[in-house]
Amino acid sequence: MAGGLHPIFLVEEAVKAIGLVDAHGHSLIPGNVLYSWTFMIILILVSTMATKKISLVPRGLQNFFEMVIGGLEDFVVANMGEDGRKVFPVLATLFIYILTCNLGGLFPGNDAPTANINTTASMAVFVFVYYQYWGFKIHGTHYIHHFTGPMIWMAPLMFPIEVIGHFARMLSLSLRLFGNIRGEDIVLALLFMLAPIVSTVPMYFLFMLADVIQAFVFFMLSMLYLKGAFEEAH
Amino acid sequence: MGKKFVSVLATVALVAVASCAFAAEAAPEVISTISWAAALGMAIAAAGCGIAQGLGLKAACEGTARNPEASGKITVTMLIGLAMIESLAIYALVVNLILLFANPFVG
Repeated sequence: MAGGLHPIFLVEEAVKAIGLVDAHGHSLIPGNVLYSWTFMIILILVSTMATKKISLVPRGLQNFFEMVIGGLEDFVVANMGEDGRKVFPVLATLFIYILTCNLGGLFPGNDAPTANINTTASMAVFVFVYYQYWGFKIHGTHYIHHFTGPMIWMAPLMFPIEVIGHFARMLSLSLRLFGNIRGEDIVLALLFMLAPIVSTVPMYFLFMLADVIQAFVFFMLSMLYLKGAFEEAH
Repeated sequence: MGKKFVSVLATVALVAVASCAFAAEAAPEVISTISWAAALGMAIAAAGCGIAQGLGLKAACEGTARNPEASGKITVTMLIGLAMIESLAIYALVVNLILLFANPFVG
């Protein structure tokens, strides 16, 4: 970690206390996996609490979630058309999960699972496979026409460029999210060493905003890639 | 002792304990080169990012000035554009992090 700091992560310490330790004293289950499970459990609990007594006139937690999910669905349908409803649950899950992970990392004692390249890369690979799956499902073999460019004689030139571009999407999705969240961690740690409270508290607000923006950007890019897979080739 | 005093004391103690201890196993020239590369690379990336985000912000402000009713959509588009441009500087940051902390040629 930056500056030789050894941060204490509560869930990891709990797992170590139970005894799941390997030879070097690290917990057997990696920290990012543990924390992604933690945030998944939190989200599942909050969702069951919100949907226990669904009423036509929403109150409290159900109201909040209806606002979030309704807003997201309107955004997706406005951008993607009615096809968006088929893929909306996946996109909304991505957004809410990444948002929870990012914001949870700012909590003292927690580590953001998205600060680890493994978490973000796995999500980016999933998005890549998912939109290719939809592309093949909707267009069949004509999906190749998405990669061949506007004119058929340009296909040998366009095909490698398009394939590299699509793989670069995976790379950029994962690196963008990982770099932002890991950068926030490092900046907070270094600022804490320089000027403990005065500099870190304002940075918290900036980083909360950046977390929300990064979750939204991941969600929006996945939506745009799905839109590109849904629509007709050039 | 008051609660406030104890918490301030704890913070001071943490800061005193968390002193840098960079493990250096490479030759000094290598460390110097890596430091130069990381600092310059990040500086150039930040400069390019700053110029690009400034241009985007300028266009957003002009658009809002022409049509204040569209300011919501313009702001959302601007934020998304800023995040995209920021990600290019983040790629430079990731390369620097690899150079500094996970350098395959050193240690």
